[in-house]
Amino acid sequence: MDKREKHILSLLVENQPGVLSRIAGLFSGRGFNIESLCVAETLDPEVSRITLVTVGDMAIIEQIKKQLNKLINVIKVVDFTGTAYVQREMVLIKVRAKPEMRAEILRMVDIFRSRVVDVGTECYTVEVTGDEGKISAFLNLLRPMGIKEIARTGAIALAREKQTKEAVNGRD
Amino acid sequence: MKMTGAQILLKCLEAEGVDTVFGYPGGAVIDIYDELLKTDIRHVLVRHEQGAVHAADGYARASGKVGVCLVTSGPGATNTITGIASAHMDSIPLVVLTGQIPTALIGNDAFQEVDIIGITRPCSKHSYLVTRIEDLARIIKEAFHIAKSGRPGPVVVDLPKDLMVMTARYEPVEKVDLRSYQPTYNPNVKQLNKVKDLIRQARKPLILAGGGVVASKAASALREFSEKIDAPVTTTLMGLGAFPASRTPLWLGMIGMHGTYRANMASGACDLLIAVGVRFDDRVTGKTEAFAPLAKIVHIDIDPTSIRKNIPVAVPVVGDCRITLERLNALLDGEDLSGLKERHREWFEQIEAWRSTRPLAYTQHRAIKPQYVVEKLYELTGGNAIIATEVGQNQMWAAQYYHLDQPNRFITSGGLGCMGFGLPAAIGAQIACPDELVVDIAGDASIQMNIQEMATAVQYRLPIKVIILNNRYMGMVRQWQELFYEKRYAFTGMEHAPDFIKLAEAYGAAGLRAETPDEVEAVLKKGLSLKESVIMEFIVEREEKVYPMVPAGAAITEMLLV
Repeated sequence: MDKREKHILSLLVENQPGVLSRIAGLFSGRGFNIESLCVAETLDPEVSRITLVTVGDMAIIEQIKKQLNKLINVIKVVDFTGTAYVQREMVLIKVRAKPEMRAEILRMVDIFRSRVVDVGTECYTVEVTGDEGKISAFLNLLRPMGIKEIARTGAIALAREKQTKEAVNGRD
Repeated sequence: MKMTGAQILLKCLEAEGVDTVFGYPGGAVIDIYDELLKTDIRHVLVRHEQGAVHAADGYARASGKVGVCLVTSGPGATNTITGIASAHMDSIPLVVLTGQIPTALIGNDAFQEVDIIGITRPCSKHSYLVTRIEDLARIIKEAFHIAKSGRPGPVVVDLPKDLMVMTARYEPVEKVDLRSYQPTYNPNVKQLNKVKDLIRQARKPLILAGGGVVASKAASALREFSEKIDAPVTTTLMGLGAFPASRTPLWLGMIGMHGTYRANMASGACDLLIAVGVRFDDRVTGKTEAFAPLAKIVHIDIDPTSIRKNIPVAVPVVGDCRITLERLNALLDGEDLSGLKERHREWFEQIEAWRSTRPLAYTQHRAIKPQYVVEKLYELTGGNAIIATEVGQNQMWAAQYYHLDQPNRFITSGGLGCMGFGLPAAIGAQIACPDELVVDIAGDASIQMNIQEMATAVQYRLPIKVIILNNRYMGMVRQWQELFYEKRYAFTGMEHAPDFIKLAEAYGAAGLRAETPDEVEAVLKKGLSLKESVIMEFIVEREEKVYPMVPAGAAITEMLLV
C-alpha cells in the first residue's frame, strides 16, 4: 500500500442547511479521517467554502474526493496537495507567564510575528497565524513554559495564482 | 391561481407522470391524502410502510419508472428506512414522500416527530426538507431528476404539515438547474480506444455485467458487444436478465459466492475482464487480492466512486453503460475482428470443460428439493415470469435455476439483502405489469417478515404467486452454521411457523401445499392457473444447501461443491 499522506481539500458547496452534516457523515460513515475543518461563506452568499485536512493513502484520498463530488450539494472539490497554494491557520494560545519568563515569551512572540491579545496575572494569550510548520514550531517553543490551552481555527487555503512557464523560467 | 401545498404536490406528481403511489395515511399527511382522493393517481394501501417502499421498489424495477411512496411522519417515516436502504444499495429510483410535523414545531420533540433527513442521510441518494412552499415545485422536480438520472437511487422529500395547507401560486417547473450535480454520461474516447486495444490483445476475455446494465437499458447493446468481441458473459445477482441465459455458449451464469463453477473459474483465468455497471461487491469478488489475478480490468460505470473502490482497474471508463457499450460497438464496427474466434478457441474449450464437469446439479429423491421446485416453475412458465425473491437460500436457488432472457424481470434485494422484500416487491411489480405472471420465491422465514402484505395483494386482486420453500429454518444462516459452526444451529430453527395454507385463506388468498416430489408439478400447475393471489407451500428437504459456495474470505475460485 502507498504511504499515508496529509491532504488539504478545498470544497465549494451550496450554502444550505444540512450540507455540513452530509460531509461530516460521509467521513464518519466510511471511516475516513478529518483532521480539521473550516467552513464559511464565500463572496457568493449561496456558496460556502469548506477547507478540510484529511489523511490517507492514494486510494483512500481518491475515494474521498470522488465521494465528496458525488454529494449533490458539493459544487467543486480541489486537492491542493502537490499544487502551489498558500495555507494559513490561526491559533490562540494561553501560555503561563511567570514574571521571569515574560520577556522570553515576548521575544518569541516578536520573532514569530505573533501578538499578545490578552494579558492576565498568570497568563498571556497569544495569537499566531501561519502555515503548519510555523504553528507547530511556535507551539514546541512555548510548550516548556506551560501552555494552558489552545484554540485552533483549522487550516484554510487558496491556490496561488497560476504562473506562466516564462515567469517560472525567468525566476530560475 | 393559488393552490394549497398538497394540491401543488399532486400537480407536480402528475407532471412527472406518476400513476401510482404506495402509501399509508397518518396525521401529518392527512391533507395530502384528502387531495389525493380528487386526482387520478392510484393509491395502493399497504399494511406497513416498509411494504410501501419495497412495493415502490418492485414497481420501479419492473417498469423502469420512478417508484413513489407516501407515508406519515415519525413511525411512518422510520418504517421506510430498510426499504430506502435496499433501494439505495441497488440503485433503484424512488421518491419517498414523508410527512413532517408543522415547521414551527420542528426540533421540539413533537408528537410523531423524527429527523428523517438525518436518519436517511447515509442511505439515500439525496433528501430535502421543504421549508418554504415556494420551493415545493422545484424540489419535487429535482427529486425526480436526481432519483432517475446518473446512478439512480432513492430521494426523500420531507413535507411539513403546515406547508400542505398553506396556499401559494403554482408555477410549473420545466427545467432542473443543478450546478453541483452533472452526471457523466458520455465516455472518454481515449479510454474507449484503450479498451479496443485490450480487446484485440486478449486471448481469454470475460464480460462481467451488473445492475447498471439493467438500469441503463443496455441489454441489447451488451449482447451485441459480447457477440462482436466473442467474449463470454457472467452477471452479478443484480445483472441477471441483462444477458439472455439461452444464449449459449456465451452465457456462463451468475458469478459470486453462489455463482456457477464455470463463471467463477473464468474470472480466475481470464486475461481481460470487462466489467460493466458493477461495483465489485464482496459477494462477487471473494478475497479481493485473489480476484481476476491474471486479468487487465476495464471498469465501465456511471458512478466514479464505484471505480477503484474495491478492485484496482487498468482502464476506468466513467459513463452510462448503454451509451458506452454503443460507442464501443460503433468503434469496433470499423475493425477487422475476424481473427478473434480463432484466438479465443482454447478459451471456449476450457469454458466448455468447466461447464460439463461441474454443472449446477442436485439429486431429487425422497423429500422435495427446493431446486426442483424452482426448476419446475421455470419449465412450466417457460422462463417468462417476473421473479421476485426474498433473501437467503430461496434467493440463490431462484438466481441459479430460474433462467432469464430479459432484464427487469428479476427483482431481488441484492446489496442490502433484506428479508421481507419479495412479497411487497412482487405487489409493486404486478401493479406495474398487470398482464405478467409475477412470482415471489420465498423462504418460510423471510415471508413472515412482511406477510401482512398478503392483505394488500388480496385487496387489489393481484394474482401474485407466492412460493414458500419451507425448510423450517432460516436456511442460509443454518447452512453457515452447518458448514462453519459445527452444526450449532443457534436460533435458526423455525418450527413454530403458522399454517401457511390457513394463513393464505385467512387473508382471502388461495393456499396450496406439496409435501412430496410427485405433488410439486400439480401444485404449481394449479397455483399458476388461479387468477387470484396464491400461496404455494413446498415442504422441502430441511438441510439442503446452496452450492457452489465460496466461504467468506476465500478466493472466488475456491468453491465448496456439493
